[in-house]
Amino acid sequence: MDIIVSDIIALGVIAFLSAIVLYFVSQKFKVEENPKIDEIEQILPGANCGACGKAGCRNFSEACVKADAESFKNLYCPVGGAATMKKVADVLGFDAAVKEETVAVLKCNGTCQNAPAKISYDAPVSCRLANLISVGQSGCPNGCLRQGDCVKACPFGALSINPETGIPQVDENKCTSCGACVKMCPRGLFEIRPKGKNGQRVYVACSNKQKGAVARKNCKVACIGCMKCTKICEQIKVENNLSYIPTTVSAQEFGAELVKNCPTGAIVMTGAEKEKIHD
Amino acid sequence: MTKTFSIGGIHPDKHKITSQTPIIDAGLPEYVYIPLKQHAGAPAKILVKKGDKVKVGTLLANADGVISSDIHSSVSGEVVKIDDVQDALGYDEQMIVIKVEGDEFEPSIDQSADIVKDITFSSEEIIQKIREAGIVGMGGAGFPTPVKTTIPEEKKVDYLIVNGIECEPWLTADDRLMVEHAEEIVIGAKILNKIFGIQNAIIAIDENKPEAIEVVRNVTRRYVGVNVRVCKTKYPQGGEKQLVTAITGREVPSGKLPIDAGCIVQNAGTVFAIYEAVMKNKPLFERIVTVSGDECAKPQNFKVRVGTPASFLIEKCGGLPDETAEVIFGGPMMGQTIINLQAPITKLTSGLLLLSEKETHRPDMMDCIRCGKCVDACPIGLRPFLIGICVRNNMIDELKNIHAMDCIECGSCAYICPARIPLLDFCKLGKIEIRKKQKGK
Amino acid sequence: MLKVATAPHMFSPVDTQRLMRDVIIAMLPAAILAVVFFGLNALVVILSSIAACVMWEYLFVRYLLKQKSTINNYSAMITGMLLAFNLPATMPVWMILVGSFMAIVVAKMAFGGLGKNIFNPALVGRVFLFISFPVQMTMWMKPNWHDFLNADVQTAATTLGILKHLDASSSATSLTHEVEAIHDIPSYWQMFIGYTGGSLGEVSALALLLGGAYLLYRRVITWHVPFYYLATMFVLTSIMWLFTDDVRYEPLTHLLSGGLMLGAIFMATDYTTSPMSIKGKIIFAIGCGLLTFIIRFYSAYPEGVSFAILIMNAFVPLIDKYYYPRVYGTGSK
Repeated sequence: MDIIVSDIIALGVIAFLSAIVLYFVSQKFKVEENPKIDEIEQILPGANCGACGKAGCRNFSEACVKADAESFKNLYCPVGGAATMKKVADVLGFDAAVKEETVAVLKCNGTCQNAPAKISYDAPVSCRLANLISVGQSGCPNGCLRQGDCVKACPFGALSINPETGIPQVDENKCTSCGACVKMCPRGLFEIRPKGKNGQRVYVACSNKQKGAVARKNCKVACIGCMKCTKICEQIKVENNLSYIPTTVSAQEFGAELVKNCPTGAIVMTGAEKEKIHD
Repeated sequence: MTKTFSIGGIHPDKHKITSQTPIIDAGLPEYVYIPLKQHAGAPAKILVKKGDKVKVGTLLANADGVISSDIHSSVSGEVVKIDDVQDALGYDEQMIVIKVEGDEFEPSIDQSADIVKDITFSSEEIIQKIREAGIVGMGGAGFPTPVKTTIPEEKKVDYLIVNGIECEPWLTADDRLMVEHAEEIVIGAKILNKIFGIQNAIIAIDENKPEAIEVVRNVTRRYVGVNVRVCKTKYPQGGEKQLVTAITGREVPSGKLPIDAGCIVQNAGTVFAIYEAVMKNKPLFERIVTVSGDECAKPQNFKVRVGTPASFLIEKCGGLPDETAEVIFGGPMMGQTIINLQAPITKLTSGLLLLSEKETHRPDMMDCIRCGKCVDACPIGLRPFLIGICVRNNMIDELKNIHAMDCIECGSCAYICPARIPLLDFCKLGKIEIRKKQKGK
Repeated sequence: MLKVATAPHMFSPVDTQRLMRDVIIAMLPAAILAVVFFGLNALVVILSSIAACVMWEYLFVRYLLKQKSTINNYSAMITGMLLAFNLPATMPVWMILVGSFMAIVVAKMAFGGLGKNIFNPALVGRVFLFISFPVQMTMWMKPNWHDFLNADVQTAATTLGILKHLDASSSATSLTHEVEAIHDIPSYWQMFIGYTGGSLGEVSALALLLGGAYLLYRRVITWHVPFYYLATMFVLTSIMWLFTDDVRYEPLTHLLSGGLMLGAIFMATDYTTSPMSIKGKIIFAIGCGLLTFIIRFYSAYPEGVSFAILIMNAFVPLIDKYYYPRVYGTGSK
């Protein structure tokens, strides 16, 4: 019995002394930090994706706290979007920067149906490797390689390979336009574009720079650089046999006409059905 | 005593079935496709236009900048097209297409079979001749030879190593070249000796080429300053760094070139081309190519004009069987599968292999059992398994610390891995990511 | 349709299955000798241990992880066989079930399966049984190759047990006792072929060396670990023997008895739980030797191979962190 009592006392004393030591050490080495940093970090999505240009959410919070009203306008978290930035601005007492909501789009429509496989691929599942060792299954030197590096790169699970088409599809609700897929794709097939009014946006779903006839040989829906779209809207430019629709082109105004007049179907318009539901 | 490098190495099946087959002329195809980029560096600038008549050895395009190379016509005939043509991998590449008419050589080329032995040129003249002949390293990397032979003043060459190892399975092009043109290679080595002002050329041949060793050794007895050194058969003995270590015991510092260890390594084929360029005024427009593989009906060693389509050679060897799974440019360890059989043979193509599914079957990946075979096999002393882990977990900074950039991509790790983990692919991915990150900064 | 593939386009014929199959083949001589010497009991122990290990792995992977079964890589079979080698012939089957559960489920699959376990599964199983059922685990059958059906089971002490007994009795100053005990020590020949009491697989140095030679010939293992392990033990016992002239330190007896050979050839060379580099392997083997020596002479247990290897297993990640090959062209390390 005595032993137990003395043990308890001894351990208690040790615990107490350790606690005192710990307390003083923690006081001595305490790093003073602006509590707002923690507060902002709580608001941020916490994905540490780096889309804002900072190394992670913590760094972004620090940058926000350091910023003044003017330089704060340059800070934007594309993942959290306007809602998050509004909250952050409230914490700091600034005006929130207003930015249009954006989404990633795939500038290729080389599905298994449009661009059938001509060779078999027997290497680890990786677009970056596939890009090194061949032109790809479809034969298009600029098209999707269908190995899904973008799917693995997406920190939000917004990308998936559609088993039927073989190419990735973007889940608009999950996509935060962080740009991880843009950086990962060895052929640069992703572009961050504004979501557009009612989710309506029009773009060229092709990146092929070959001459029309060559491009069509591999893929039914390739852009052949026929210039028809440039006649509909003069903002559209064709370079290297490839048309590019700038984000300033209004989908409402030109979308339907562009899609109708594209001879190969390379121009794609989204959100047309959605609009009907909304109305 | 036979020599070898000390760390790593593997012993794949040799398959050298064409080592006794004499080199024969492949003949002339109907069209040749001459790419403007057959070397490391910038593509050459075109000098001809559509409709021009060219002869064998006519300059078609000249070097664009220091790291580039001249390109010569390999046939006589008419330039019919200068356009994007699909290369071996299916990508577009600018090529000069020439329709073959007759076989007329530029008059400056000495076509006789005599062996010229006296080196009367100064070292500057030699380098100039090498530059004008468009010679590049024919082992595979394609680094322009004039750049390699121009030694910066602060560096010193102690050894010239002629690489006659050819450690890739199936390939026998260098082996046959050494057997049939031993004297020319030895004179070529003497020419290089003259450039560097040394008397220390070593022709390295590995043990599994007894005929080449015998023939070359007999020739070197008659020449001063050129010796044969026999190396153990081990893959990748033919890698520059491994060969330097095997012959001299020195190590090429990480991220540096053999010259930093006082060595110049030249492929036997390149040395032969140097001899022809200097002594016979013949630009580099043909090379020896081994056509082999278990699906190849009649394996051969060919002397091939640059630009000859692969399909032309395949037809000469009995055609492409339906069961062929892979057609490979180069050897099975480092070569690339090609998808376009019309793709031309370039200055760098040492072999054309037709392999069956059985030979090339890539089994499913299993879990790493930490056997350490990849660590033992890596000739650079890397830990490929760790590179694989870092790549899969996107640890790019860590990759740099474990020297992933030093990987020579020999494939020993992926060959040996009992769990069939594609370690070489992970190393390549790692290098891509490191470069991406460096560019981003 | 042509195939595009990344280099290399050829692969070594040696894959995981073949390595594992070679290990099983290498263990066969010891298994056969065990059955000859210990009869039907031994066969029952070996078969039930293998069956139990394979069963646990199958159940775990199929029904808990819901993945493709991994039993076809033979690794569970090896664990089962090694576990049986570490058990006495009289082991009841239900205990084997418990031991194999510890080995496969706790020591291997809980860590993530083949290649990810820190400790040698068979040794974990054995040590668990050894601590839980000390009586059954130290009941050594006297080998009798005339008696396959185990009609007349007699127990015998292991060589190391006798030596430990010497240790205890010498302090009791019972001289006659000691002399008798020394007579019990089997001859070198008996120990070499394995006609002594002990665990199933550990008794015969001859069979184990045969297996080891096969593994070396097939390049499944390198010579470093077995050599440095045995050499460390030999050197340490030799030094003690020369200085003290005590029969307990007799080096050859130590090499041939107990689980040393089994441990050095089959356990310490396990890929997953040993270091990857040659340098690391040597340090690991010397550590095993040193710990075995310490446990055999300075602890309550007569045998220390299992504990020594398990303790060194824990150091493997650390060894791997600090000992790896020098990268070519980076100067001397």
